[in-house]
Amino acid sequence: MIIHHPILGPRDAQEFVYLGDASLIGRPDGLTASIEDFHNYTYLRDNPAGAHRELWYHEQGDRSWLVVTRNTVTHEILQVELARDVARAEGRSK
Amino acid sequence: MSQSNRISGGLIDRSQTLRFHFDGLPYLGHPGDTLASALLANGVRLMGRSFKYHRPRGPISAGSEEPNALVELRSGARQEPNTRATVAELFDGLTAQSQNRWPSLKFDALAINDRFNSFLTAGFYYKTFMWPASFWEKVYEPIIRRAAGLGSLTKLEDPDTYDKGFLHCDILIIGAGPAGLSAALTAGRSGARVILADEDFRMGGRLNAETFELGDQAGSAWADGAVAELSSLPNVRLMTRTTVAGAFDHGIYGAVERVSDHLIEPAPGKPRQTFWRIYSQRAILTGGATERPIAFENNDRPGIMLAGSLRAYANRWGVAVGDKTAIFTNNDDGLRTARDLQSKGVDVVAVIDSREGGELLPGIRHLRGAEVMGSAGRLGLSSITVRHADGKTEVIKATALGVSGGWNPNVNITSHHRSRPIWRDDIAAFVPGSGEIANLSVAGAAAGTLSTHGALVTGDEVARAALASLGLTATAANLPKAEDAPVRITPMWYVKGSNRAWIDSQNDVTVKDIKLAHQENFTSVEHLKRYTTLGMATDQGKTSNVLGLAVMAGLTGKSIPDTGTTVYRPPYTPVALGALGGRGRGQEFKPFRLTPSHKWAQEQGAVFVEVGYWLRTQWLPKAGETTWRDSVDREVLATRKSVGICDVTTLGKIDIQGTDAGAFLDKVYANTFSTLAVGKCRYGLMLREDGMVFDDGTTARMGQNEYVTTTTTANAVTVFRHLEFCRQVLWPDMDVQLISTTEAWAQFSVAGPNARKLLQKVVDQDISDAAFPYMGAGNITVGGLRARLFRISFSGELAYEIAVPTRYGDAMIRKLMEAGAEFDAVVYGTEALGVMRIEKGHVAGNELNGTSTALNMGLGKMVSRKKDSIGMVLSQREGMTRDDGLRLVGVKPVNPAAELKAGSHFLKTGVAAKAENDDGWLTSLVYSPHLGHYIALGYLKDGSNRIGEKMRAVNLLAGTDTEIEIVSPHFIDPEGERLRA
Repeated sequence: MIIHHPILGPRDAQEFVYLGDASLIGRPDGLTASIEDFHNYTYLRDNPAGAHRELWYHEQGDRSWLVVTRNTVTHEILQVELARDVARAEGRSK
Repeated sequence: MSQSNRISGGLIDRSQTLRFHFDGLPYLGHPGDTLASALLANGVRLMGRSFKYHRPRGPISAGSEEPNALVELRSGARQEPNTRATVAELFDGLTAQSQNRWPSLKFDALAINDRFNSFLTAGFYYKTFMWPASFWEKVYEPIIRRAAGLGSLTKLEDPDTYDKGFLHCDILIIGAGPAGLSAALTAGRSGARVILADEDFRMGGRLNAETFELGDQAGSAWADGAVAELSSLPNVRLMTRTTVAGAFDHGIYGAVERVSDHLIEPAPGKPRQTFWRIYSQRAILTGGATERPIAFENNDRPGIMLAGSLRAYANRWGVAVGDKTAIFTNNDDGLRTARDLQSKGVDVVAVIDSREGGELLPGIRHLRGAEVMGSAGRLGLSSITVRHADGKTEVIKATALGVSGGWNPNVNITSHHRSRPIWRDDIAAFVPGSGEIANLSVAGAAAGTLSTHGALVTGDEVARAALASLGLTATAANLPKAEDAPVRITPMWYVKGSNRAWIDSQNDVTVKDIKLAHQENFTSVEHLKRYTTLGMATDQGKTSNVLGLAVMAGLTGKSIPDTGTTVYRPPYTPVALGALGGRGRGQEFKPFRLTPSHKWAQEQGAVFVEVGYWLRTQWLPKAGETTWRDSVDREVLATRKSVGICDVTTLGKIDIQGTDAGAFLDKVYANTFSTLAVGKCRYGLMLREDGMVFDDGTTARMGQNEYVTTTTTANAVTVFRHLEFCRQVLWPDMDVQLISTTEAWAQFSVAGPNARKLLQKVVDQDISDAAFPYMGAGNITVGGLRARLFRISFSGELAYEIAVPTRYGDAMIRKLMEAGAEFDAVVYGTEALGVMRIEKGHVAGNELNGTSTALNMGLGKMVSRKKDSIGMVLSQREGMTRDDGLRLVGVKPVNPAAELKAGSHFLKTGVAAKAENDDGWLTSLVYSPHLGHYIALGYLKDGSNRIGEKMRAVNLLAGTDTEIEIVSPHFIDPEGERLRA
């Protein structure tokens, strides 16, 4: 697979490490959230046949965490964004 | 032996003669021959024995689809089993042996299996080796393993090298027949970067095996001209002997190039094979088509082969397989074989044509509406039995029979992404499904366009479309005039009434087996394959899959597309594991990371241990020491008595800087770091979000906004990855920067009562207890060189870790040893390190096993509830906070002389050694030279309330049951007085 890194251009997937569902961006706050909230965050995942937003880490590159939108059926990559930008857009800060 | 079956013509170089041996007998051939063509030229039809029934077999094809003619090629360490003789290029000095026979190919003892064929039917294994269960491993499996398989392995190391390579192109063209050459000319002339790959050693595909002309040239001459033009183009790379084995994601194709397989041994410095990863913008499959047989009784004798292959042997290799040749066909292509052979002077005794009508071949005995009922000949064909249209039967003498059941487009690669081929009634074959592989298009016979004219035209068209999509312009094509015969076929899959009619000759699957599978309700194509083994092994059913499907369709009364399709997976043809491994073999499989003191340790005769990629000193034997324990005990005692030095560079080191560095550490560690004073260290516990302990280590605050964190050696990479995740994804606006400095600093632990005295001789600053107290950290200098000093201890002794830039690491170990000479300083390895940390009761990898909580380790209080940190919430789950849960304890044998066994479980006295009585287990075990007996750490239920309890450590595998006492995990200096000395 080839991932079009937003900064570095097309890179072979072998340079990356896969983490999983990009819903991991939405970590609850530990001082206010319940155990159940964290349970859902830690363990529950959707398993779509189709577009899937997922986290990839350019470990053998510039160490960027990316959000890659990939079709799990065809492996077509629809969008690649810096995870930091996505996190900020989702309201994460400090 | 003379080449008795050699006839005129062909694309072989008769000016040179090659000598080779098969089963010890000498033969002659010519450059351009394959092993199969040369053996057939010498009148050798028998080349192997079948898998299950050990029936005599010869080649049925002239290409990579070959199921039968598998041989052991070469001898000694280069011997390779299951090599297809039909694609093994002949070279001078070649040796090959037949396989799956004993004692000889002509007399094979296991041919007795053929007599018992009624027992060895589909599902034989499943039905026979059922009971008793105790026989599965000891009796049945060895028997099956001995009887199964074809060729043998030498078990010698392969002396050749293999390589991996990477190529990039605009257009990859797979197959260099007429369609591929046409596509390559169009694409190449446009200036696009083109790779044209073909599995054969000669480009041209079927053009080399046919007699028809392109324009005013012979087909093979046109192909030569096209290849010559392509070779002259700098933007075109021609790759012969290269099989594109699989289609992967995003235009990446895997291809194996047999660089040296056609040589007796590789030229110096050259690999045997190279596995290429080809990155393409567009790909064009022009892989041609493969002929399929018609099944009839005893259709597997040597001499019976695919008609198009019989024709290829005559036209390309100048070989007549038999002196009397018959053809059995259901389509016009079979008639072409008859015409070609007759024009070559081969005696064509009959053409058995299953169709009633159609053109009548002039000058040949053309029997329309007839079928071949059976064959005879012990080790090769001598006659066939024909049933005429009127029902009468006749025995016809023939030593070769060409069978044509139609042609299957080579759709294989198009289904590598699960696309299913679709059925076309007009050519009675599957063609590629639509566009499942992005940017791959198909042309020529592979797309179901089976004429030469069609191949040239569609190759050009598809190349034009690919160029246009890349923004390139094609010049006008100059296609020669070529044959454009329509496909005329009346499908006929097997002769009615036949039973032992081979569908898949490699796996010995007959019509009868498919009938049996149907009778037993294995009618799904996937079940059929697995139950009968149809289409498995080296040929992956290239000639048999569609035939098997058609027979099943006939039995179920459904159409072929309703019965199922056949889906192929990579590789297209077998790929040697050596080629996939490339250079990554033996020592080159992975690199070693060497510590800065490695050279010094090597000089001292250290014993090294692999820790991940690292090589660390395990222990350092001195003269007179005979066992590892001698060395380890000495290293421990010397350290505790005076001073010991250990290279701890392998621990992960991460510099963390920024105004939010402290707040960041508070998030990622269970305990607090923002309150740590500048110039101090603190032990930290890092959790995973599920509340289990992830990693531990010390972190030092080097400045207001600057920390140095250490990780375990094992988790250096994953902790860094995790911290980057936290920094970029969870808290993207924190002002914090990370850099891994594991390799930037050479770090040494100096431990023992004399550690300070030794170090004070080396460093420039005052490091007295007052100036540099316990858990102090700071930037210092060593003879003016910048260095870092941390007063931390893993051994339980007064200890420091000193770090210098890595390039000074070798000098540093030498300086430390020199300065330590007066204190009898020793270097200790990882074993002594382990002994001392267990004596002190520190957790390490055995306790940090991914399923342990801080509470389990007795460190529950470290998890701060006043702040949010990774894993804090889930570490408070009900099941993880039980008062009587597992706790870290120390263990010692009641009898000090008793030996404990690793892996033991803790049980109360007097209970049975059963899982329900299990109270915990031993995690780390060493002999403590300091205490003079074995000591261990372990997890015990309600362990902190059971100190002093006498229990048993039971190891059922080792057969030991030892009385133990539960003690504090801190075996030495529990109050930590030595640390603060």
